[in-house]
Amino acid sequence: MDWSYIQGILMLAGINLIAVLGLSLLTGFTGLFSFGHAGFMAIGAYIGALMTASPNSTPAGLGLPFFVGIIAGGAAAGIVGYLIGRITLNLKGDYFCIATLGFGEAIRLILNNVQTFGGSRGWPGIPYKSTLPTIIIVDVLAVIFLANIVHSRHGRNMVAVREEELAAQVTGINVFKSKMTALVISAVYAGIAGVFFAHYMTFIQPKMFSMNKSTELTIIVIFGGLGSISGSVLGALVLTALPELLRTFDIWRLVFYGAAVILIMISRPRGLMGGMELTPAGIRKVKAERKARQAAKASLMALNEPEEGAGLGEGKGA
Amino acid sequence: MKKVLIGLMLVISMVFISCGGSGKGNTIKVGWFGALTGDQAVWGENELNTVKMLFEEYNAAGGIDVGGKKYKLEVIGYDNKGDAQEAVNVTKRLTGQDKVVAILGPNASGNAIPIAPILEQAKVPDIATVATNPKVTVLDGKVKPYNFRVCFIDPYQGAVAAGYAYDRLGARKAAILYDVSDDYSQGLREFFKLNFEKKGGTIVADESFNGGDVDFRPQLSKIKATNPDIIFMPYFFKEVALSANQARDLGIKQVLMGGDGWPSDQLISMGGKAVEGCYFVNHLDYADPAVQDYKTRYKAKYGKETELNGYLVHDAVLVLVAGLQKAGKVNGEALAKALEGIEVQGITGKINISPETHNPEGKDAAIEKIVNGQYVFQERYAAQ
Repeated sequence: MDWSYIQGILMLAGINLIAVLGLSLLTGFTGLFSFGHAGFMAIGAYIGALMTASPNSTPAGLGLPFFVGIIAGGAAAGIVGYLIGRITLNLKGDYFCIATLGFGEAIRLILNNVQTFGGSRGWPGIPYKSTLPTIIIVDVLAVIFLANIVHSRHGRNMVAVREEELAAQVTGINVFKSKMTALVISAVYAGIAGVFFAHYMTFIQPKMFSMNKSTELTIIVIFGGLGSISGSVLGALVLTALPELLRTFDIWRLVFYGAAVILIMISRPRGLMGGMELTPAGIRKVKAERKARQAAKASLMALNEPEEGAGLGEGKGA
Repeated sequence: MKKVLIGLMLVISMVFISCGGSGKGNTIKVGWFGALTGDQAVWGENELNTVKMLFEEYNAAGGIDVGGKKYKLEVIGYDNKGDAQEAVNVTKRLTGQDKVVAILGPNASGNAIPIAPILEQAKVPDIATVATNPKVTVLDGKVKPYNFRVCFIDPYQGAVAAGYAYDRLGARKAAILYDVSDDYSQGLREFFKLNFEKKGGTIVADESFNGGDVDFRPQLSKIKATNPDIIFMPYFFKEVALSANQARDLGIKQVLMGGDGWPSDQLISMGGKAVEGCYFVNHLDYADPAVQDYKTRYKAKYGKETELNGYLVHDAVLVLVAGLQKAGKVNGEALAKALEGIEVQGITGKINISPETHNPEGKDAAIEKIVNGQYVFQERYAAQ
């Protein structure tokens, strides 16, 4: 396999990963489903392009360095996330989900209609700035930052909100604030992913940030496993590379892609890494749990043995 | 679960194994990509079939002569679902792994624009088929060294439509209905408006809808109230048929006009009487003697009619072969140089690739009218 091809896929996986990590905090840890994160990516992409594109091109940019674009793109998405959160975060469950769906579509329609950024004809000539090392560095920073949040008091509050909102509120957790923190952080992540995407493609079009893209991100999070950072990393890598690996199957590749995802979801109903982490501590925890389960099973068996037949039903259930 | 994982590993390893190249010395590998799945699959399949057919014909005749040596042609075709991100992936695969000497297609401008940096890096030229956005080959006044095309561009098509409506059909007041979510539709609308107003006409209504809409009555009612001489509909046949039917239901009797998104068998079967007497701009005249041979060959091989894309990819293949022969060697960089200023008599007209714009200069558009469910060629019309 050729390196430039593999490099391209890795870069795309890395870019998807940034957005997926953010979404993982919102969906996996806080329990809010979003189908509008492509909207935040679009905001990041367009604001990033506005910062870095040459002033002589059409549509004109400001010609600023790439890192300004990253910061501005992330910040813009975060601000919009905050505003959207103010309006929609009081909505419960499915209703929030529908609101995000509407938001994502609205952003795309606005970009289609606003001719300043090229409308649906798109924005060509964005400088090529996304490199594999920068993407990897940002990915690593994003993982470290996310891990720290998840293990902080805020993170535990978010998990409490996910598990039982009412109980969390009763114990004194500011549910709205926890949700808002998760939404804003995930919006910033998606915005930064959008900036990298724009500077990888060198061309952006509202079409690229359709509901398909939002769904793809959500699928990666669920596929990787809700509430697992390493699951998101694995999910982003596997699901970005899979369609390309399946190219040899020609027009059947999408069927194979769907079948592969379904097979994995059936065999691992909680996603690749549901609730587990690929860290030394995480592995120890899983091992300890397994050992405890085996011990429990053994003791149950020992209990059942003396009076065969009577306790058989319970034994099977264990 | 382990079984599933093992199965998955097997599939993946099979994929890697089957990726080995066919490094034969006397074969020229040419890439093609476009939509083989999704709503544009009809055109993609038509293009790939045409390329396959033409390459088979060349190979049956002993291959093509490049620099005194005979070569066979081989096409490597990939599906990109009409998606820009996949277009980038596929171009990386074609240039990096399959080491093609040139790429034919894609048909969508939004897919042809982002692949330019990859082509430049790999030094592989691309000949787009119906990508009509000017920015496919020229960006901010600079020509992209490895992007070429065989079709006319949106500003030209818009000028032709506006000129024909104003000068030949005598329209002074035009209404526009367009798809705001589609890049092709927005481009064509922009250049129609510009040229029609430049001629002295007025745009009395400028209404838009969103891709996927099926009800156009609100916009059409507004258009009806302005009583235009002509209604310009720059979008694809499916929506054209729907909106034309609804327009007639509302009692709109005016002539409708469109661009190269119209021609399709579907338009007649879905639009029926509603599109009768309407005009559209096309890349070629279907009744032209020059295209009959290709049309019958395609029908004989695949058992169905060719679409518009087939004619253009046919000419892209002619340009590619002529370019290889002019270059005298199988090399992407030499081929790109050779394509500049090349002159080829194609079935869609004379193709003269300008070194400044990489577009076929002076290619006249054809105006067709729908009469009794048939496309009737009116004239070759060049915009002034």
